[in-house]
Amino acid sequence: MTHGERRNLWIGLAFISPWIIGFLAFTLYPVCASVYYSFCDYDVLSKPVWIGTMNYQDMVSDTAFWKSLYNTLYYTVFSLPLCLVVALVVATLLNQPIRGRSMLRAIYFLPSLIPVVAVSMVWMWILNGNFGILNYCLHWIRIQGPQWLADEKWTKPSLILMAVWGCGNSIVIYLAALQDVPRSLYESAEIDGANVWSKFRHVTVPMISPVIYFNLIMGIIGSLQVFAQAYILLGGGGPNRSALLYTVYLYQNAFDYHQMGYACAMAWILFLIILFLTWVATRSTRRLIYYGGE
Amino acid sequence: MRLFQRLLIYVLLTLGAVTCLIPLLWMVSTGLKPEDQTMSMPPTWIPYRLYVEQNGVLTEIAKKDLDKYPKARIVRKIAPRWSNFAKAIEYMKYFPLYLKNTLILCFLTVIGTVSSSALAAYGFSRVKWRGRDKLFVMALATMMVPFPVVMVPLYCLFRWLGWIGTLKPLWVGSFFAGAFNVFLLRQFFMTIPKDLSEAARIDGCSEFRIFWQIVLPLCRPALMVVALFQFMFTWNDFLGPLIFLTKQQNYTLALGLQFYQSQHGGTEWHYLMAASTLVALPIIVLFFFTQKTFIEGISMTGIKG
Repeated sequence: MTHGERRNLWIGLAFISPWIIGFLAFTLYPVCASVYYSFCDYDVLSKPVWIGTMNYQDMVSDTAFWKSLYNTLYYTVFSLPLCLVVALVVATLLNQPIRGRSMLRAIYFLPSLIPVVAVSMVWMWILNGNFGILNYCLHWIRIQGPQWLADEKWTKPSLILMAVWGCGNSIVIYLAALQDVPRSLYESAEIDGANVWSKFRHVTVPMISPVIYFNLIMGIIGSLQVFAQAYILLGGGGPNRSALLYTVYLYQNAFDYHQMGYACAMAWILFLIILFLTWVATRSTRRLIYYGGE
Repeated sequence: MRLFQRLLIYVLLTLGAVTCLIPLLWMVSTGLKPEDQTMSMPPTWIPYRLYVEQNGVLTEIAKKDLDKYPKARIVRKIAPRWSNFAKAIEYMKYFPLYLKNTLILCFLTVIGTVSSSALAAYGFSRVKWRGRDKLFVMALATMMVPFPVVMVPLYCLFRWLGWIGTLKPLWVGSFFAGAFNVFLLRQFFMTIPKDLSEAARIDGCSEFRIFWQIVLPLCRPALMVVALFQFMFTWNDFLGPLIFLTKQQNYTLALGLQFYQSQHGGTEWHYLMAASTLVALPIIVLFFFTQKTFIEGISMTGIKG
């Protein structure tokens, strides 16, 4: 290494030193400790005791664990595609030559900005079985609305509804991508006699496919870790634990039952599930994604 | 475009926009009502007061007493109960402290995030050193680690440091450059021509001065985005305060609101909605003033991600 190279190395390291310290203290150490704790019986107050793979074995026979996993996957399977499609449709409509676009975009974006605690309070009130406006609207079209948060059949749909309402983030991302699609492509498609649907299917979707993929991956990571809404609206998981989500149960294990070891083991299983689903999503969409000039 | 198509687009978009807005309007409307109007069916959208006119004098009456005046003229006036907000603040008990804690945290985390991520992003983009790109890939990889994985060890670490129950666990970390913000800023730093730094270096400018006086001023939009996102995140964060804060006096607004609901929830909806409005309003106002930065920031994360 020459003198200059060594000097640059030190300068570079000095600049990234905040990241290095943070990485060591708030990522690397916790990750290693988390692996260790997941093989321990640990309640914070006393020292961790090594118990091998007991935590992982317990999980297999823990019905609440399976229920929380099922609920979370159910939530993801319905909310994610719904959000992706709704956001794409809204963004496509917003991308048409219309007046008041920036105002409409701001309105659609607004729900995803509101603090999740406030959003949960509002929905708790809207979903109220007796005085909520959702049931009033349903009553209007002659449907007897359910007790959303008190009926085990309707707790998960309630959370999914909230998720779709708050998908403004994806709309803005889609819209930015749509605005980058060259107009000339649509014009040539029109010359070839393409109608609205085939322009959307054969020009729009391929051109913005990297962004669809981005929203998909972010959606997988986000929905599997949803916590605040479920925790606030349905506390311990709602009736018959029908909306006990994975991270809520993990939180309960860690901070209500003081089973830190079990909570860490659950966190690692969650990580593996996220990695697996991300891998599957990447594999199955790889050939469908079109990266411009690359 | 044909007229029919255009009309259809407007109708659909308006319907969607109304769906987005109704819950928020409902929140504000409920927050301005007296209790009996919150539970009325059909719902009351605009809060009102009832008066009975007797000898030219208006006297306010409650809705349940309406049958007592079968012959008198009843006057209905629009009347939002602004006092609900004062009541909500009073019932939340430590509202001024919640606000103070939230603002302290927002201030510290914004300063911490912007300064540390800018430094790290500079080191990862504008100085050439051996192993830089390998380390950056590692930084990106840390973004994959979900929070629940590190949640328990962090709790134990902060407990060991004696920080549980103080605000420290919620802001100290922000001074150590999170990977996402470093990534965002690095993308931006790389768009600034190399020649600028080279020229300054030849003139004998120190690397820190190049960072401080040349690169940072050019990157103001990106720094704004990072600051804004961090502010939002801290203001809205629920899980962090829930885990690390123990004393009610230390709660943030978000946690304080949830605490209030868990104590009084299910009855006084008008106060709960007034409190929720108070928590949401600053963010809405902030958004309308910084809309452009917001939209650019969101698009930036999506496109370059």
